[in-house]
Amino acid sequence: MSIEVKGVSKTFDTFKALDRVDLNIETGELLALLGPSGSGKTTLLRIIAGLEVADEGQILFHGEDTKERKVKDRQVGFVFQHYALFRHMTVFENIAFGLRVKPKHLRLSDAQIKEKVHGLLRLIQLDYIGERYPWQLSGGQRQRIALARALAVEPKVLLLDEPFGSLDAQVRKELRQWLRRFHDQLHITSLFVTHDQEEALEVADKIVVMNKGRLEQVGTPEEVYHKPANKFVLNFLGNVNFFHARVVDGKAYLGNAMIDLPDLHKNSKTASLFVRPHQFELTRQPKDGSSLKAVALTINPAGSVVKIDLKSEGGDTFQAEITQEEFQALRFQKGDTIYVSLRQVTYYEYEI
Amino acid sequence: MFLLKQRSSLPGFHLALGYTVFYLSLIVLIPLSTLFIKSSSLDWKTFIDIVSAPRTLAAIRLSFSTAFVAASVNVFFGFMIAWVLARYRFPGKKIIDALIDFPFALPTAVAGIALTALYSPHGWVGRYLYSWGIESAYSPLGITLALIFIGLPFVVRTIEPVIQELDPELEEAAASLGAGRWQTFGRVLFPVLLPPLLTGFNLAFARGIAEYGSIIFIAGNMPGKTEIAPLLIITKLEQFDYTGATAIAVVMLTISFILLAITNFLQWWASKRIGIN
Repeated sequence: MSIEVKGVSKTFDTFKALDRVDLNIETGELLALLGPSGSGKTTLLRIIAGLEVADEGQILFHGEDTKERKVKDRQVGFVFQHYALFRHMTVFENIAFGLRVKPKHLRLSDAQIKEKVHGLLRLIQLDYIGERYPWQLSGGQRQRIALARALAVEPKVLLLDEPFGSLDAQVRKELRQWLRRFHDQLHITSLFVTHDQEEALEVADKIVVMNKGRLEQVGTPEEVYHKPANKFVLNFLGNVNFFHARVVDGKAYLGNAMIDLPDLHKNSKTASLFVRPHQFELTRQPKDGSSLKAVALTINPAGSVVKIDLKSEGGDTFQAEITQEEFQALRFQKGDTIYVSLRQVTYYEYEI
Repeated sequence: MFLLKQRSSLPGFHLALGYTVFYLSLIVLIPLSTLFIKSSSLDWKTFIDIVSAPRTLAAIRLSFSTAFVAASVNVFFGFMIAWVLARYRFPGKKIIDALIDFPFALPTAVAGIALTALYSPHGWVGRYLYSWGIESAYSPLGITLALIFIGLPFVVRTIEPVIQELDPELEEAAASLGAGRWQTFGRVLFPVLLPPLLTGFNLAFARGIAEYGSIIFIAGNMPGKTEIAPLLIITKLEQFDYTGATAIAVVMLTISFILLAITNFLQWWASKRIGIN
């Protein structure tokens, strides 16, 4: 089912949680709402579910206004951050809950319910714990039970609030890959809220970056990472280094190094450059006029890439990442003079 | 091996346990056992005679039945009050909250006099009730009214914190799964609230059985009709019939013990189901 969010605003007391938000979600998409805490992402999710009412604006499901539809009639599966499992029910009964509360003429027989619940338990690979209680399970297991419970009623939309928020790093990683595969099997329109950029980049088809109740950018993971729409998105998605450049005759300079920036306004005087750590090339000798002379402050070779903190002649400090192979070939040491050239600039703005 | 203590970083287990046993013995067990010792000076036949006298039976029956009805009423309305106090914000909430504890603090005799003034044939409420033929004072109904008054805070104060701690997400989850309000209440909330409700019932019931001060004014104290067991005990004591008083006391104690054991068991069973303990 497609979802359309039209001009939705919501204020709590004096705090503006959402400010005229517009968003289209296509059928079958897996979409991440990404933003810092207080950015309104959970509020937006809850409004779509009907758990919260918008002050203004509309939510359309398949082109149809949902204003008059109660939570229980929206066919929305909601997975809560802290799972909200019913602790006095077994795992089996938790998953069967949505099936058992259906009106009598729509309700499946006991045998059908049993079959369906076991099918779901197999789907989440927890077939063996049906008779246990939620408090006897680990966080990751509970999360999957919560998901199965939401799926049991065959919702048209699946909404997940910080689904991996309270799990430890290892389980988180496994579960998010699992969610991705899971979505590829079921193709149900899904939204999940997260403040973890890595999670959003890895799992989602599309990322909505939110800040202070507004949408900053909507795009594929590739778009938001490589072509951020503004400084906020740039800063929020991954590490970035900042440089202040002089501009002379439409060309930007960092110290003596000339940086090639397309579309730089001729009359601009200065420019701010944002460069991701992997976008530097480090060499022992200056390459050409575009190289920046710098000194290695610290070198951290532990990890899949080598992180090198540098200080340029002009006094800018920044962090560069090079591959282990490059590092093996160049063998930099602390205090070495290194020439740095910029392969790419992620984002820049200029001042006239 | 039967493990008496799990290793813990906090010291003082033996001291605390020893103190608990000693204190309970001193305060509770020894007085109770003297009751049994005293009544054992009676021979079996006299004991049966005292206990099975119509007046005694009526008093015991009255005490337990009014306490039971009052506790049941309190569970129902106490639950509603606790729910409103825990869930909603409204002007005057603090005052209502404070009023709940009033029956705790009020001397029971004062409560009894106030209730009698209200429900007697010429009282503010009583005069209308009597005109409809409802005897609100000097009757089992009057006793029950007094016990409802006395027992209310027990129920409210045991349930309120549990309602406050109920996660609203549980209700939201139930709603998103298609449950209506009543289904959510019956299937999701009630099972969690059952143990504290039983505890509240227990406390109100126990208090009702033991209540004396507030009842004697409103009851009328007609032997065989509106005479409660604690009053009968006092009457016997005033006539220096100590053994007769203790015989009745032993019966009350035994019945109370059995009933409380049953409700405690129910409560344990209900808590176990929701994973407490």
